[in-house]
Amino acid sequence: MGRVTAAAPMEIEKTESAEEVFAVPEPDVPWVTIVHNDPVNLMSYVTYVFQAYFGYSKDKATKLMLDVHHKGRAVVSSGTREEMERDVQAMHGYGLWATLQQDRK
Amino acid sequence: MPGTFEPLPGGGAAVALDEVEISIIRSLAVQLLELIGPGPAEDAPDDPLAELFAEGPSEPPKDPVLRRLFPDAYSDPEGTPTADQAEEQRAYSSEFRRFTENDLRAGKRDNALAVIHSLDGLSAAGEGGAVLKLSADESRRWLGCLNDLRLAIGSRLDVVDEEDTDLLYRLPDEDPRKPMVMAYLWLGGLQETLITTLMP
Repeated sequence: MGRVTAAAPMEIEKTESAEEVFAVPEPDVPWVTIVHNDPVNLMSYVTYVFQAYFGYSKDKATKLMLDVHHKGRAVVSSGTREEMERDVQAMHGYGLWATLQQDRK
Repeated sequence: MPGTFEPLPGGGAAVALDEVEISIIRSLAVQLLELIGPGPAEDAPDDPLAELFAEGPSEPPKDPVLRRLFPDAYSDPEGTPTADQAEEQRAYSSEFRRFTENDLRAGKRDNALAVIHSLDGLSAAGEGGAVLKLSADESRRWLGCLNDLRLAIGSRLDVVDEEDTDLLYRLPDEDPRKPMVMAYLWLGGLQETLITTLMP
């Protein structure tokens, strides 16, 4: 019980401070998750991760993997900043090198 | 010693490992655990809230392996930020680190522990090697750990581009890096065949 009541205010506190620090000038511009090439991760593994985590088809996952491999990077997802932070964290969990940024068109 | 995972009927995977192979993987997994370090609640095991309240670090790790495992989330390696933008990216990356790095470390620790546990179950079963059988869930943990091990070894071997990998294949036998390179390539084969068993 103590855990539950203690956890709730912490959650709120976190959100507040995050909004304060992360005040962005253009809230309507979507954010993107970018995966970068590295020579260690196997091509089959990168494809597997795109299928397993994002639920992409084999074709789409393979195309993104090839973009990473040949162009050095690929945008693998887009959405709100919070969603992209979640995706980047997941990519780091899998050992892929990922960053997020606001989409510059 | 071509380690090759085969799919098991009904899900999961199996691989035959000899004693040396078992001890190599185990020792590498233990080293990875030591590098990642204990969780934040380790110092206060009696406090159930310690883990909840613990914040992660805000600075990137000094060790290059850990920096590769826990990269900055907001710095585009090809970007050309102005000084102000670079400062902003550093602040965002450090905020991200504080709220994610503990969880990320815990996930990698759990995977390495799962690998060690399954190998320890094996050595009790008999001498001179054994067939390791993994459930689908264990396979995913092994996959994550094998990848972390290769990232760690790749970083220690300074593999930063494709040419470096080609060079590794051509190292002379007397090169001191040779044993590590052999392990790196062998783990790559293990990982590659394990992925095949998991592909939908």
